[in-house]
Amino acid sequence: MISLHQLTKTYKSVTVLNVPSLEIPKGQSFGLVGNNGAGKTTMFSMLLDLVRPTTGYVLNNDIKVNESEAWKPFTSAFLDETFLIGYLTPEEYFYFIGELRGQNKADVDKLMSGFEDFFNGEILGVKKYLRDLSKGNQKKVGIVATLIGNPEVIILDEPFANLDPTTQIRLKKILKELKETQDVTVLISSHDLMHVTEVCERIAVLEKGEVVRDLQTSPETLKELEQFFSGVLQEA
Amino acid sequence: MLKTFISLQWKSFFRAASFQTNLAIKILMGFLALYFIVIFTALGTFSFHIIKDQLNEDPLRVVNKILIFYLIADLVIRYLLQRMPVVNIKPLLALPFSKNKIVHFSLWKTVISFFNVIHAFFFLPFFIVLLVEGYPPIQATAWFVMVTALIYSNNFINIFLNDVDKVFYAALTIVAVFAGLMYYGVFDITKFIAPVFDWVYDHPLWVVIPVGVLAGLYYTAFRYFKNRLYLDDGLQRKTQEATSEDLSWLNRFGSLAVFLKNDIKLIKRNKRSRTSVLMSVFFLFYGFLFFSGGLEVYEGPIWRIFAGIFVTGGFLFTFGQFVPSWDSSYYPLMMSQNIKYRDYLNSKWWLIVIGTIISTILASFYLYYGWEVYLAIVVSAIYNLGVNSHMVLWGGAYIKTPIDLTSAKRAFGDKQAFNLKTMLFTIPKLVLPLALYGAGHYTLGPNFGYFLVALAGIIGFAFKDKVFNLIEKVYKNEKYKTLVAYKQNS
Repeated sequence: MISLHQLTKTYKSVTVLNVPSLEIPKGQSFGLVGNNGAGKTTMFSMLLDLVRPTTGYVLNNDIKVNESEAWKPFTSAFLDETFLIGYLTPEEYFYFIGELRGQNKADVDKLMSGFEDFFNGEILGVKKYLRDLSKGNQKKVGIVATLIGNPEVIILDEPFANLDPTTQIRLKKILKELKETQDVTVLISSHDLMHVTEVCERIAVLEKGEVVRDLQTSPETLKELEQFFSGVLQEA
Repeated sequence: MLKTFISLQWKSFFRAASFQTNLAIKILMGFLALYFIVIFTALGTFSFHIIKDQLNEDPLRVVNKILIFYLIADLVIRYLLQRMPVVNIKPLLALPFSKNKIVHFSLWKTVISFFNVIHAFFFLPFFIVLLVEGYPPIQATAWFVMVTALIYSNNFINIFLNDVDKVFYAALTIVAVFAGLMYYGVFDITKFIAPVFDWVYDHPLWVVIPVGVLAGLYYTAFRYFKNRLYLDDGLQRKTQEATSEDLSWLNRFGSLAVFLKNDIKLIKRNKRSRTSVLMSVFFLFYGFLFFSGGLEVYEGPIWRIFAGIFVTGGFLFTFGQFVPSWDSSYYPLMMSQNIKYRDYLNSKWWLIVIGTIISTILASFYLYYGWEVYLAIVVSAIYNLGVNSHMVLWGGAYIKTPIDLTSAKRAFGDKQAFNLKTMLFTIPKLVLPLALYGAGHYTLGPNFGYFLVALAGIIGFAFKDKVFNLIEKVYKNEKYKTLVAYKQNS
């Protein structure tokens, strides 16, 4: 579904990302872990054609993302709060995204009714603009909005950060359900090794812009990852 | 302690993102500031004699007469532009500074603001001229102290005004009504207020009153601030109760409706955009300067078109100029969502068209000056619709200043105004229609001039699709740079 070819990004002779080849098949739940500055957000931004690659290209369903825009209808993403429109209420935001993705109000309402638990009564009908919601609640809105319009690719940057424990557990449930569906490819980045191992079938470790581990998730994966990162610590 | 504060202030000023722009902009800003200083100083120095020669009245009394309007105008400008000192207090709260010190410092900081200092450039020379002209020094000094006290009172009044929008707009309406009544000679409010200022001059001891008012205001501002120095009170960002509205009637615009609905919410719900649209109303009245024959320099026939462009283009210039910066805070969303550039641009274009048409209709009161004046306005509107609407959208692609929607205040001189490329764009926006009209006017007469300007507008209209292709390309080329620029200090 998504493939990276000779993808590099260089800022003033500092290479922040260098991925010669990476293939993410359709339906896979793909996790990306790495320390601060490892290049996770840069990589996701390049998948969305928000950052121009220095070399190489990204294919999304065989469409070159920096040449055509045909990948947009089936791809959705939430990287940070710049994906939210601060002066809209959550409902208006959902409808707006819905309209962009060819869903009418009723479709969106139907989808939202499935997330009442996740929202915990703090999102719908609270008469607040998105800019006045707490960071955690903003995140909930952003994450749920990516599910509108049956996207085939969902990209989430640090979805667990800023969420309270209950919501983290509920989010994991949502992501696990997505894992079961064969036609949705999910890409997640996280600092939390435990969460990713739980919800992803495959985990790649990014270190200084390079993929240094690429693991199919198994009962041992968490241990392996912990070992890797404590090793990184000792080196530093 | 004070030293720490001052060094903090120093750093916050020189390290501000807006300050670290390129040298050319700094020089331009410098010139602009210098321009204001020179203008004010010249006014202060020469107005005494001008008033004396022209009106044959005591210049001081004349100044006293208009002083109230001067002060009100000052207050309005402050309200719209002067920033409040609340920012940057938060990190200081938990540090070992006493609250009193923090508040005193924040208030004193406003004293050296541009909005206060600029007045000195007018009143100080005026005061010196008074002394030179042999006005009694004690009385003149009392008068000068009073004016200074009043201007600083404005400074502190503005601190409260900031919190109560409705009071401000109500006050503004009342002032406008009084100004109107005075202009048409129905009722002259200055007759009642000017003597108050005269009184202080005639009886210098009374200067204690304005000074007392100033001290009182300072104390009140101090108390007001200090009591509210909590994160959940004065330092909290104001939150409004959200109102949803049904804009489904816009659905008839098809795929554009999504964006149109959003843009209308954008304008209605954000302080910055509301202020901009409000400003465009002022543009409507700009034409009076030209058509009433008030200013001799604007008597030439081509200035009619100039006025027309501004009268009908208020919204175009204040809102259109900053497309796509209005969407800067969520630009990554717009770039990765299922959005066609064409639709996005089209919706902004329609907004501009609607704004221009409304302005043109509202401007029909210029018919008072004759149908030819209104014809100039209508012709300019056609030019605005056909050519300038494209120009602002095109130029906007090069303006990469993020807009903070939630704050209405921008200390004077938003830097994007001085972008070389946008400067170049003013040529077709303003110079071309003037040249076209001039060419027609001086060959075959005014009607031919109007015809040429309108023709240019219609041609622009006809090529809309072609131009949009071009603009679309520019937006795509500039996409990555724009994204990076919007990330900064947004």
